[in-house]
Amino acid sequence: MKYIVCVKQVPDTSGKVAVKPDGTLDRASMATIINPDDKNAIEAALALKDQNGAEVIVVTMGPPPAEGMLREIMAMGADRAVLVSGREFGGSDTFATSQILAAAVNKIGVDEDDIVFCGRQAIDGDTAQVGPQIAEKLGIPQITYAADIKVEGKKVTVKRMLEDGYMTIETQTPCLITAIKELNEPRYMSIGGIFDCYSKPMEVYDFNTLKDDPLIELDTIGLKGSPTNIFASFTPPQKGAGEMLQGSDQEKVDTLVGKLLAKHII
Amino acid sequence: MAEFKNSGEYMKDFKGVWVFAEQRQGVLQPTVLELISEGRKLADDLGVELAALLLGDGVEGLAKEMGGYGADRVILVDDPALKDYTTDAYADVICKAVMDKKPEIVLIGATNIGRDLGPRCAARLHTGLTADCTHLDVETTKYADFLREASTLDVDNMIKIGKIKMEDRNLKMTRPAFGGHLMATIITPRFRPQMSTVRPGVLKKAAYDEAKAEAVIVEKYEVEIAATETKVVEIVKEAKQLVDLIGADVVVSVGRGISKDVEKGIALAEELAAEFGGVVGGSRVAIDSGWLSADHQVGQTGKTVHPTLYVALGISGAIQHKAGMQDSGCIVAVNKNESAPIFEVADYGIVGDLFKIAPMMIEAVKAAKAAK
Amino acid sequence: MDFNLTKEQELVRKALAEFTEAEVKPIAAETDRTSQYPKDTIDKLFRYGVMGMCVPKEFGGAGADDVAAAIAVEELSKQCASTGDIVATHNGLCCGPIINFGTPDQKKKYLSMLTSGKVGAFALTEPDAGSDASKGTTVAEDAGDHWVLNGSKIFITNGYVADIFVVFAMTDPSKGTRGISAFIVEKDFPGFSVGRHEVKMGLHGSPTAEIVFEDCIVPKENLLGQLGKGFKIAMNTLDGGRIGIAAQALGILEGAMNETIEFTKSRVQFGRPISKFQNTQFVIADMEVARNAAQLLTYSAASKKSEGKTFTKDAAMAKLFASEACMHFTTKAVQMHGGYGYTNDYPVERMMRDAKITEIYEGTSEIQRVVISGNVLGK
Repeated sequence: MKYIVCVKQVPDTSGKVAVKPDGTLDRASMATIINPDDKNAIEAALALKDQNGAEVIVVTMGPPPAEGMLREIMAMGADRAVLVSGREFGGSDTFATSQILAAAVNKIGVDEDDIVFCGRQAIDGDTAQVGPQIAEKLGIPQITYAADIKVEGKKVTVKRMLEDGYMTIETQTPCLITAIKELNEPRYMSIGGIFDCYSKPMEVYDFNTLKDDPLIELDTIGLKGSPTNIFASFTPPQKGAGEMLQGSDQEKVDTLVGKLLAKHII
Repeated sequence: MAEFKNSGEYMKDFKGVWVFAEQRQGVLQPTVLELISEGRKLADDLGVELAALLLGDGVEGLAKEMGGYGADRVILVDDPALKDYTTDAYADVICKAVMDKKPEIVLIGATNIGRDLGPRCAARLHTGLTADCTHLDVETTKYADFLREASTLDVDNMIKIGKIKMEDRNLKMTRPAFGGHLMATIITPRFRPQMSTVRPGVLKKAAYDEAKAEAVIVEKYEVEIAATETKVVEIVKEAKQLVDLIGADVVVSVGRGISKDVEKGIALAEELAAEFGGVVGGSRVAIDSGWLSADHQVGQTGKTVHPTLYVALGISGAIQHKAGMQDSGCIVAVNKNESAPIFEVADYGIVGDLFKIAPMMIEAVKAAKAAK
Repeated sequence: MDFNLTKEQELVRKALAEFTEAEVKPIAAETDRTSQYPKDTIDKLFRYGVMGMCVPKEFGGAGADDVAAAIAVEELSKQCASTGDIVATHNGLCCGPIINFGTPDQKKKYLSMLTSGKVGAFALTEPDAGSDASKGTTVAEDAGDHWVLNGSKIFITNGYVADIFVVFAMTDPSKGTRGISAFIVEKDFPGFSVGRHEVKMGLHGSPTAEIVFEDCIVPKENLLGQLGKGFKIAMNTLDGGRIGIAAQALGILEGAMNETIEFTKSRVQFGRPISKFQNTQFVIADMEVARNAAQLLTYSAASKKSEGKTFTKDAAMAKLFASEACMHFTTKAVQMHGGYGYTNDYPVERMMRDAKITEIYEGTSEIQRVVISGNVLGK
């Protein structure tokens, strides 16, 4: 029995966002973190492992330094890791990325008791597309926005959140589940895990490892092959600086209310 | 290059704009009418038909309303198997219909269901999908006008040097990225259909036209639905009254600044919001710390709001928060740190302690209303 | 000397920093105000293997090195010195001597308890035997098939929450320090009781108490180390413990410094943030120098201990410097906060109160100077 968790290393946009003079993001100067929703996916897999002893395998696509993140996840309790890394994969959109990750998951092998976990969405792109697209490529059912998961044998029951409530959905393994924040509280690395994580196995899958996988079309991966292209990118203009109100606290408040009255907001 | 039936020469076979008409328990999601209104403009620019694709069980009655907002045709797949949304059944029907009728554009609301369905279909249809869009254009002159307003790009120069080709007829899908710091316009030039999920609440609903509502064509579409691997056991509407941030005229939001006395901070925000006839929202900190439930969150990972008045109490103004509120009509920020980034987008800034300022505001607004 | 931390040590810092931010910071003020032992936090620290982290893997620990253990205490103490103290005491003063001096059976029994939820403590100090441990009056009598302990110990960290105590008692009062022996005592042994709970200036979350032995029956096999070698065990243990206190002081100092940086950047007086004034800038500069120096001394002592080298002087220097810098700069941190710093709206006043004990326990600053000068001047 295996739980395969797909994760992404993302820039930490919750802190200061560094911007280069040309208006693009200065990724190099920003701290990287495990994508928050992916941590819930990891926790879901580890919590099930605590119950049934399944093997937890973590997979990411990224540059070689992403190994650090994989080690951290192994320090949380994952058993082994796969780093999918290759120049040919760079610049992939969600369609291309999901093919590559599906091929990697396919190489690890999805057996009939297995579950693939993803986070709902990554904070850098916020697309929420890669999970469902991996499921489609693998030909397995998907349940997204999971807030509760029960696994009994091959039966999987998930509380799937909607904006105005939730649905309870049943399916069978193998399947793919995407996790949201409400699903669980991700654990921290344990000290024992930290001192073991560098001796746990980590494989690197590069272009040559995956190029013959039936789930990959070589002409729809990478920047050139991706179905979607960037037509233009731009930073929204800063709104003209407003007015800082002066005087005592009471004077500031009175000025404000005067202005709001004048604008017919009150 | 392998040959795909939706690429290269085959692309010209794809015509028309489709909107996925998401309904839950027989009720149209409000975002569908926004999509139809927007889809109408795109279809007019392209000179093609606008169709809504409606799946459900006994939902034919929803067709007329969609006609009233601009749909020429409603393609109806009415089947007990489609009563409740399941990824497998809906994706199966939609992909079969798309490959049969070949629309060039498919728009889906970026609801929890739309964002489950869209990527599954796009992967199966072998085409691109752009998530959570906030602006759509086909006509490049309109897109150039949009850029002139929404960006600092030198649009005329870009046109002159050929970076923007005026003859481009791809769907230009604009969306925020990297926590709202960057806007990206995405195209799907080599595959059809061009697919987009669109953020609810951003695009404007058109005026309802009774004549068009009467004129809508309902086309019943028969298709064999494949067996599903997922089963809906129950659907529960949460009794909890979710705060309607998107529809609110006034939003009073709280952030880290209330941490010293969370209860009082929220009470002040509620009272101030009540005076303005608005609702309370919160920054990511306020939600992550458990001070407010997730439906209160304003920002990139929460809701995008554009009320007439937005009051930020003790919110520093992280970029992802600004992304969700900077288009508000009037922004008032109260923060004790004068260099807080929130002041960059504020129309009126007050440097001070919100626990002192907010009570004064409550009193002053009361007095102003009484004087009117 | 390699000044770089290992990958594992860096991960220990990251793990503890995340834990501290999410689990410790939100309750630190409340813990201080209510003098509440942070039981939930300590239970979680057992779950994550921080409690007992240096215990070898075969006995249920992580086999962590001493630098990693110092980093754990440092990170916790940035937000809550009490939590740092509980962990430092458990790891350094209770697990430490059992790891170093325990028999295989003692290790198997007690180290597995100390890694699975049972809290440890160390009992040396008595009312009339503080720095001068040779004046202890707690006695252990050989009663054939068991020991009988009588006396009391004071200022015992973890005193009223611990399950397992390393206790020092006179087995031969005529021999002075050579008549001291060490014992492992469980709180459920007959004749063991907890006395007065101390009310302290700071470190309110750290449970300090008197413990009392009235004909307390201790099994024969619970003698720790050799008979009469207790003083040596105590001194060796305190050498290690001082690294823990140095790390605690370092953490408090860093916490106070972070607060000061944040406050002085946002506090506006005379039209600009007070961080723009040179007075603030110079204090911050001095803090940064002290922080670095304290960190280097602490890690250096810990790394020597891990390598099995003599580290008595190094531990004394680290503790002396870190604790005095901690006291000095937490006071400065309050000053930088002005009137706000004197209120409990800001954590620096708590940090200042917590700092003081680091100059006192596990050997006062004066005792550290005795140790250091003795090493420099020779006998």
